[in-house]
Amino acid sequence: MQRGKGMKFVGDSRVPDKESRNKIPKDYSEYPGRTEAFWPNFLLKEWLVGAVFLIGFLCLVAAHPSPLEQQADPNNASYIPLPDWYFLFLYELLKYKYAAAQYVVIGTVIIPGLGFGALLLAPFLDVGPERKPSKRPITVGLMLLGVAATIWLTYESAAHVNWEERAKYSVANVPDVEIDEDSPGYQVYSQNCMSCHGDSLQGNPGMAPSLVGIPYKAEQIKDIAKNGIGTMPANQFQGSEEELNQLAEFIVSINEQASGSGEGGEGKSEDGGSSH
Amino acid sequence: MLHKLYDWIDERLDVTPIWRDIADHEVPEHVNPAHHFSAFVYCFGGLTFFVTVIQVLSGMFLTMYYVPDIVNAWESVKYLQTQVAHGQIVRGMHHWGASVVIVMIFLHTLRVFFQGAYKKPRELNWVVGVLLFFVMLGLGFTGYLLPWDNKAFFATQVGLEIAESVPYIGGDLKTLLAGDPEIVGAKTLARFFAIHVFFLPAALFALMGAHFIMIRRQGISGPL
Repeated sequence: MQRGKGMKFVGDSRVPDKESRNKIPKDYSEYPGRTEAFWPNFLLKEWLVGAVFLIGFLCLVAAHPSPLEQQADPNNASYIPLPDWYFLFLYELLKYKYAAAQYVVIGTVIIPGLGFGALLLAPFLDVGPERKPSKRPITVGLMLLGVAATIWLTYESAAHVNWEERAKYSVANVPDVEIDEDSPGYQVYSQNCMSCHGDSLQGNPGMAPSLVGIPYKAEQIKDIAKNGIGTMPANQFQGSEEELNQLAEFIVSINEQASGSGEGGEGKSEDGGSSH
Repeated sequence: MLHKLYDWIDERLDVTPIWRDIADHEVPEHVNPAHHFSAFVYCFGGLTFFVTVIQVLSGMFLTMYYVPDIVNAWESVKYLQTQVAHGQIVRGMHHWGASVVIVMIFLHTLRVFFQGAYKKPRELNWVVGVLLFFVMLGLGFTGYLLPWDNKAFFATQVGLEIAESVPYIGGDLKTLLAGDPEIVGAKTLARFFAIHVFFLPAALFALMGAHFIMIRRQGISGPL
């Protein structure tokens, strides 16, 4: 192997050959083209890009608070487990016939091992001097295949999740609400809705969603109570028009309370929000 | 004043060459988006580092409230999220940063791959980079359990079952991660916390150090 003086570099590598080692590297101004000093000119631009990126990132954070579901309950047999999105492709792989059951080693070790192993050792598998993608079709083709397979598996996995079913099983971010059990609205609720939606509106896994944190207004709640929605059948509410008004008012007030304590943390922190 | 301080240190430690290695280098035209807009693809590595810094800082603040045990973990996260000033933002940054950093690493990897920048003499830097990717996935996996909610618990159970299916060492691997051959519980949470906060970050910093030193030694690969 040619080492030292005859060693060929890709690009403008600055690892010097043996003879010129320990010499001061060339000044940037000696490089061809419109080079720029990293410090401070280029770093300032990098910071500007970083600041714009940070603003976008903080908008994402502000728009979507991170989820916290109910505390882990190992006895919750109806829960549908789902890994974080960037593991979905590995998870989906295990659903194929020849990557599951007695072949599970293929799905958990062999295929990911080959894929990630090839990625790790890419420089030793693709040893030609060519850098242009068009000059190394096999390497680039295999990578495109791998990327396409990963994206496809992730898509397949996410597309087959029954998100509505999951939302029912997992009650996310349930705010603490205080329910006045003596209010007339709660009396109506307990007669008409409690058997499915639970004694504190928390919902019932697999049957009915929580009524805390719903986006509906009083009129819509009345309509749903009478005519149903989704899998909820019509005519669940059996009572007078006055009771229907009390029920809607009650549910709306609970939701107002929940959204108030959810957003303004500090304001409501003393009135029992932290007790469980 | 600052100059005097610098001279005093420089006289004893000769820091100028170190400074030269860190900051005093040229940025070639072909990686500078100010000259060629398409050079924005060279930003992905830097943005990965930027998000990693966000992760480290927000994670440090999270540990000021987080309690790694099964009784209090969920309560402490809930407290942080609902009662602590800006707690929701800090946890939100850590939560979303975990996803964004994977996206950025993915884009950075593709850029380096399709430009063939991993070729001689940069093979080692590519290997270190892929190891960094694995460490990031490990951080994502171990961090997912820590809030101790249903989502965390059941996803981790699936992950441990996958670890268990590895031939020969699967059982031991699961015990090493979970602390017990059968139970996913108190020991599992403590171990995942230790791995997430001490073991993997240590590996991450060492690998990042190697990654950056190699970039400085070798420079950015030339234009295609």
